[in-house]
Amino acid sequence: MKKEIGIASLLFVLCAVTSVLNHQFLSATNLTNLANSIGLYGIFGLGLGVVIITGGIDLSVGSVFAFAGVLLAMMLTEWHWPWPLAALAAIAIPTVLGWANGLLVTRLKIQPFVVTLCGLMIYRGLARYIADDGTKGVGASENFETLKFLAAGRLFNVIPMPFVMLVFISIIMWFVLHRSTYGRYLFAVGRNEEATRFSGINTRWVVTSSYVVCGILTGISGILIAFYTTSIGPANHGNAYELYGVAAAVLGGCSLRGGEGSVIGIIIGTALFQVLQNVVNLLGIDSALNFTFMGTVLLIGVVVDQLLNNRAAKKTARA
Amino acid sequence: MTNPPLLEMRGIGKRFPGVIALDNVNLSVGRGEVLALCGENGAGKSTMMKILGGVYQPDDGQIFVDGQPVKINNVVDAMKLGIGFIHQELNVLDNLDVAANVFLGREPLVTPFKLINSKKIHADTEPFLKRLGLDISSRTRLDQLSLAQQQMVEIAKALSLNARIIIMDEPTSSLTLTETDRLLELIGELRKSGVTVIYISHRLGEVDHCADRVVVLRDGKNAGELAREKISHDNIVGMMVGREIKSFYVESKAQKTPGFLKVRNLTSSRYPSKQVSFDAAKGEILGFAGLVGAGRSEIAKAIVGLDRFAKGEITLGGESLATGRPREAIDRGIYLVPEDRRGEGLVTSMTVRENTTLPSLNLFASMFMISRTKETKVANEQIASLKVKTPGCETRVLNLSGGNQQKVVLGKWLSMDPKVMILDEPTRGIDVGAKAEIYRLMRDLAERGTVILMISSDMEEVLHVSDRVAVMHEGKITGVLDRADCTEENIMQMAVGRTVSAAKPAVGI
Repeated sequence: MKKEIGIASLLFVLCAVTSVLNHQFLSATNLTNLANSIGLYGIFGLGLGVVIITGGIDLSVGSVFAFAGVLLAMMLTEWHWPWPLAALAAIAIPTVLGWANGLLVTRLKIQPFVVTLCGLMIYRGLARYIADDGTKGVGASENFETLKFLAAGRLFNVIPMPFVMLVFISIIMWFVLHRSTYGRYLFAVGRNEEATRFSGINTRWVVTSSYVVCGILTGISGILIAFYTTSIGPANHGNAYELYGVAAAVLGGCSLRGGEGSVIGIIIGTALFQVLQNVVNLLGIDSALNFTFMGTVLLIGVVVDQLLNNRAAKKTARA
Repeated sequence: MTNPPLLEMRGIGKRFPGVIALDNVNLSVGRGEVLALCGENGAGKSTMMKILGGVYQPDDGQIFVDGQPVKINNVVDAMKLGIGFIHQELNVLDNLDVAANVFLGREPLVTPFKLINSKKIHADTEPFLKRLGLDISSRTRLDQLSLAQQQMVEIAKALSLNARIIIMDEPTSSLTLTETDRLLELIGELRKSGVTVIYISHRLGEVDHCADRVVVLRDGKNAGELAREKISHDNIVGMMVGREIKSFYVESKAQKTPGFLKVRNLTSSRYPSKQVSFDAAKGEILGFAGLVGAGRSEIAKAIVGLDRFAKGEITLGGESLATGRPREAIDRGIYLVPEDRRGEGLVTSMTVRENTTLPSLNLFASMFMISRTKETKVANEQIASLKVKTPGCETRVLNLSGGNQQKVVLGKWLSMDPKVMILDEPTRGIDVGAKAEIYRLMRDLAERGTVILMISSDMEEVLHVSDRVAVMHEGKITGVLDRADCTEENIMQMAVGRTVSAAKPAVGI
């Protein structure tokens, strides 16, 4: 819990300073936009977090956005599938891909980094090939009001729907991760797979399933992102999004060694990065420096965390 | 005046927290001599050699090389004195080639950029390979070689350092028969060329075959030595044991049901060709004795389904149990307290509560949601009944002492009503007080009708708590001893692969 409070205060200070420097920050438009993007990025961030908690990683998320997004656009506008069926397919595809990743990791013992790096390249290429390297749009047609509403609508004309969905999914994921047997197994596997196996738990199933969960959440946020941007350029759509997710999860207290992390931490981590991007815009800083700011904050975060850990370790060593 | 021996270790003492590993041990060895160092598990052989190799510092005593007192502060000092150490677990880099391993840290360089002189490093390696009769190229990567060949590379490295004394710690433990013969032959050749070999081995046949002299340690002290003509199986075993062990054994009052657990033709992935069969009674503590590496832990893992490639038949109370299915074993009440507590027994970063409930978590959940209240209740019950010293059930296990960690492992299984409990080295690294508590607990469990299988390399422990003792040697059960026949002498004879008249078959009691 300490970690979460730490970055929550960092987030608070950042917001406070920015609102003093630029009053625009607290304006309704800015806040709703901010909430909107936190929602879009947070949902797949949670999925990545689940995988990271088991000690794995999924680098293919961004390419899956492009692949599933292109297919979604074609299903709706070219093949004229009914939208519920298309949406289901757009979730099912990343889910199956996640399952395949999980099998490669657990059955063939290939490192998660390698498996999903291959995915990153393969799906990006497939997306471009299927779309003939052309941009596909989902916004033009009038028939998908429900999906449009979920991606860009406002609940009570105020709260952006992606944010509402993030809250909804976060509550479910909080129970799954922090209160269910499955969640307990995820943390146990991430920290000590052998001891977990010795306790009679099917660790291969647990690890595989984490990639499936990540796939489902990637699918959901993929639809939202597609309808939010309305056009999907297969070469760039979702590019590097997996890195935003990993960065948010790590800043939020997940350890890439596995066994650590929390839903609240991941959400705050996501929020921090979105606010940071917003700050860069509002304060008129060259947006080319976007990544530099995010990298710096992440670096400061992990350095401070490490220093605190070292100090705690020294204390226990002395005691 | 006689020449001083090549090496003399005088009055060596070494203490570790809670144990005296070596107490006033003397050892001397001459040029070109092959000295075998024997003793039970924990007699102090490896500690003695690690002191000589610069791995440990002695607390007392002196070391003389060529009659001159020397200080061996680290491995480099040992190397400079011409002492090479071939560890049981080989220290090779299997991603590099033979030459790179032999000259690691001493690579010949070429100017001006100080790059490795590839021609010279290989040319310099070849003569050593030839001398050892090793028919491989110096450009072969180590992971392409057999274990025996990798060991030869280590010996080549020692020779390249001009080693005059080569220590080999159980060098044949993972070699095949022909590889062992080749190694023994090589030891003979090294002796001829004037190299001294100190050889630690449990295999008395090999010692008989190649040693000029045997030094036996027992409980960290000199137990005696045998000259070449006196070396025999019986003489060595006689020296290895020969101590008084006070037995704390209490006659068990348990109602025993013989043949409750039946294991037939069980093989493990480590020893696929060695079948193990035995019966164990409900209510008894069956000790598993044997030397380290005899295959006892492998059998334990095979029984509880953790070895996917295990084959054989296991029946519990007449009903058979599938191999290779850990969940099924647990559901049937067959539990393992593994040897590697931190690596396999516990998720140390988790709390006492979380560890206690991990294997039975479903019992604490409805609709997959865990009830922390129920968890806390059971965890606290186990803490109380096992007297675990912990601030509370929310303390992370890594903050507890070894004995208390072991109690947490026991607690997680005890909360699930064990039918068969396998304990692998249950008291290793645990202080005396906690040991006594764990023994009492095992006896209580047995009296309540649990089958207890206790693997232990601690002779005292085996004699102390077992109702019967099964002795294993190289993957097979040599035989089973009834309580009355459980003597250290009998167990040691069987542990080195000999039969004794008191031994009974492991099946059918």
